Amino acid sequence: MIKAILIFNNHGKPRLIRFYQYFAEDMQQQIIRETFHLVSKRDDNVCNFLEGGSLIGGSDYKLIYRHYATLYFVFCVDSSESELGILDLIQNMLLFTTVCNFVMQVFVETLDKCFENVCELDLIFHMDKVHYILQEVVMGGMVLETNMNEIVAQVELQNRMEKSEGGLSAAPARAVSAVKNMNLPEIPRNINIGDINIKVPSLSPF
Amino acid sequence: MRMPAPIRLRELIRTIRTARTQAEEREMIQKECAAIRSSFREEDNTYRCRNVAKLLYMHMLGYPAHFGQLECLKLIASQKFTDKRIGYLGAMLLLDERQDVHLLMTNCIKNDLNHSTQYVQGLALCTLGCMGSSEMCRDLAGEVEKLLKTSNSYLRKKAALCAVHVIRKVPELMEMFLPATKNLLSEKNHGVLHTSVVLLTEMCERSPDMLSHFRKLVPQLVRILKNLIMSGYSPEHDVSGISDPFLQVRILRLLRILGKGDDDSSEAMNDILAQVATNTETSKNVGNAILYETVLTIMDIKSESGLRVLAINILGRFLLNNDKNIRYVALTSLLKTVQTDHNAVQRHRSTIVDCLKDLDVSIKRRAMELSFALVNGNNIRGMMKELLYFLDSCDPDFKADCASGIFLAAEKYAPSKRWHIDTIMRVLTTAGSYVRDDSVPNLIQLITNSVEMHAYTVQRLYKALLDDISQQPLVQVASWCIGEYGDLLVSGQCEEEEPIQVSEDEVLDVLEGLLVSNLSTPVTRGYSLTAIMKLSTRFSSLNRIKKVVSIYGSSIDVELQQRAVEYNALFKKYDHMRPALLERMPIMEKTATNGPSETVQTNGETDSTILDTKHLPSISQPASQANDLLDLLGGNDVVPIIQTTVPTKPASAGGELLDLLGDLSLTGGPTPTPASSVPMSQPPFLLDGLTSQPLFNDIAAVIPPMTAYNKNGLIIEFTFERSNPNPNIAVITIHATNSTEADMTEFVFQAAVPKTFQLQLLSPSSNVVPAFNQGSVTQVIRVLNPQKVRCYCEPRTHSASYRSRSSEISPFVLKHLQKSDECLSGAKLNIAKLKLRAASH
Repeated sequence: MIKAILIFNNHGKPRLIRFYQYFAEDMQQQIIRETFHLVSKRDDNVCNFLEGGSLIGGSDYKLIYRHYATLYFVFCVDSSESELGILDLIQNMLLFTTVCNFVMQVFVETLDKCFENVCELDLIFHMDKVHYILQEVVMGGMVLETNMNEIVAQVELQNRMEKSEGGLSAAPARAVSAVKNMNLPEIPRNINIGDINIKVPSLSPF
Repeated sequence: MRMPAPIRLRELIRTIRTARTQAEEREMIQKECAAIRSSFREEDNTYRCRNVAKLLYMHMLGYPAHFGQLECLKLIASQKFTDKRIGYLGAMLLLDERQDVHLLMTNCIKNDLNHSTQYVQGLALCTLGCMGSSEMCRDLAGEVEKLLKTSNSYLRKKAALCAVHVIRKVPELMEMFLPATKNLLSEKNHGVLHTSVVLLTEMCERSPDMLSHFRKLVPQLVRILKNLIMSGYSPEHDVSGISDPFLQVRILRLLRILGKGDDDSSEAMNDILAQVATNTETSKNVGNAILYETVLTIMDIKSESGLRVLAINILGRFLLNNDKNIRYVALTSLLKTVQTDHNAVQRHRSTIVDCLKDLDVSIKRRAMELSFALVNGNNIRGMMKELLYFLDSCDPDFKADCASGIFLAAEKYAPSKRWHIDTIMRVLTTAGSYVRDDSVPNLIQLITNSVEMHAYTVQRLYKALLDDISQQPLVQVASWCIGEYGDLLVSGQCEEEEPIQVSEDEVLDVLEGLLVSNLSTPVTRGYSLTAIMKLSTRFSSLNRIKKVVSIYGSSIDVELQQRAVEYNALFKKYDHMRPALLERMPIMEKTATNGPSETVQTNGETDSTILDTKHLPSISQPASQANDLLDLLGGNDVVPIIQTTVPTKPASAGGELLDLLGDLSLTGGPTPTPASSVPMSQPPFLLDGLTSQPLFNDIAAVIPPMTAYNKNGLIIEFTFERSNPNPNIAVITIHATNSTEADMTEFVFQAAVPKTFQLQLLSPSSNVVPAFNQGSVTQVIRVLNPQKVRCYCEPRTHSASYRSRSSEISPFVLKHLQKSDECLSGAKLNIAKLKLRAASH
């Protein structure tokens, strides 16, 4: 099971943290620091899994990570998908590495698709969106969907639903200026969600 | 008064990013938090979602955000999707089941699970699947189950994972999802299939009933897997040319669980596993992951032997892979299967040995373990060459394990004694300081027993000593050997090698050099001093030796001093005994794999033990007591089972014996008259000699069943075995039969052991021994000897009714000396001495 997904930059600054197991807030920060410490001192050419730090459960846990440009994507996983299966740790390692690498890849590619060449700044300014995308890939520490197109489509639809309500920044005063800045052809007029027909009002993207 | 609209998330982020120092950032955040708090207080509905979003950002940076928890609940209850989305996200990030607040959400989630918009339902499912507590799961399981049956794949896949969460939290709710699982596998959508297989796996792992229930799904799973392999390219699910590897891996795993220990299911999946194993493209890592899962499944289920060989060959191929991870898992899996499929693994030996040269330490370690597992009589020479080379070049961390592995393998498969001695010496010279303590006695025993090699060995060791005295174990072995076989060294008779010319003084120079060298440990000095002492009977330079020994009589090292003082006494008071005491060690009986560890003690202590003679007067009291006791027990009724030497060495044992006797005389009817003073057959000091080797030599490693007592119709037989899990435990089974005409009632078997032992008397099959041999009473005694000390075990039996009926029979004491050092060794129990004495009159 995936216990935590962490994204931080080359300096250890967190860009996304998602724990699927309870840790107190200060502990979460300590885990991030420790994980950063473990991951950042490794060469890029060594294998991309390592034993977890002492905080998140030691050798029962594996850190599987990827270094993309300025960001580290770290999955912290325990030895087995099920708490019951006291399977050999190693047995799952290759699979996990591959799965997590792939989930990471799906995740990153989805981010790429959603943000058009994702970079650290996208993650910084769209923290909520990144979470929403992740939510469609991993749920409760388990892999939910790996079909990228499906993920992108679902996220897009939800974002549009949000936009139809005015989004996070639906301050009335800003609505007017937002309309002016809009690139009209990009937004479809109608969206079909189930059997609800929503008219898309022209409002600011954020 | 109304506050101005709070700044947007983006603006906050931008501001925070301008902060140059941590303190500045903290200040900004505090300011913003204050604004957010006051906004919360005003129950501002418009900007609540924006404020919570900002809070989540601060939370990520590590600032406290718990005051937003209740706001999340308010957002969830809102009608707007934007609010719900942020609210649920906030709930997942800020709340957990430890806080009571989360219970307030239950109703909201329930409503949202029944919402008309799938995305709201999805959010609710996702939140429940992430942080649902057991109470929540109980309340909402019905809704989840309903959604598991919907046709909407977006909801169905989320419901499946949510169900997994529910089952993990509340296992007894599992039954509830059983009907919904029926149609899960007929679903076309891969997301649903994937999560369904996860759900099924979870259920199978949790309950054996579910496992047998789902076995009928094997054909369906096989069909899905077949479709995945056979289907052409589908851009939707393609990952590096392989169709949905996730689903494949998941299904393979479920098959593994379903096929384990079940012939029919295993049979049903044999073909598809072979297909996956042969058809999977391995140029990419994804393919290897699938192959690896397939291999594991093949190994776990009851697969055909051909398939197993195929699996091992796949692992062999993995060893050649460039990816370290793959090489590592391959080695690990091979290590697991090496016992069951030894020959198949053996075929990949050269590849495995090559992995010893890998740069990655984890791979090296696995390769080393696997290499040792592959050593056998046929390849020992070649494998050892590689492993010795590895030992030479490997990191210090590996040396201890590698050295002991080599010792074990050499002991098991050595083609010749000379080879064996050479190998061990090679290890000691290359990795001397890393070998375990028991390797010194091991080698000493080996050398002692190879009589024809003595001259050769002592010469080699002497040469090694001239080269290097820093490797302590080697120095110890060399000292010991020079002490034992110094005469052979000086006489220069060696057939195997070019003889060297050494004078007595040169040898003594070397040994004295060890005594003064800074590199020597106290133990080494002890070895060295003893060696010098031994040479006093082998060399002519007696005065020099006396001088050295007397110098160390004032050593600050107590151990060394004691040795020296004792040796000095030997020169003075007991000089007539010296040659006999310092005689060459007899050949040691090879007992069990670890037997040699016994030798340490024997060799290390022999001299001092023998020298204990001079202390004898001081302990004469208990000794004489023991003698009295032995007299008491009566020599005339001794039933010599193995040897007649009376074991009375530990004074305490004598004492206990006495206690027993006191007991005896009380219960034994007429007071035993002191037997007609049978003279002790041995002088007292020889009793100490019990600990020295010879007495144990005639004892076979396995004790044949023996009759412990045979008198007046009562026959008690002992059979011995060693407890498998713990070789320190000797299991003695007694069988008592009665050939008299009357039943013996109230039969009680008692046993006493010294304090260092632990005795467990299991309950007897009966307390009546039937007459006319019509049945027997059996009872199991377990003797644990944790400290591995040499000791005696003295069981005693008596039968109350028996005694009362025939007065001529009285209890007996069974003496049983166990050379328990050996207990730590392999499968055999070595009882050095077993002795039965019956006191009767």
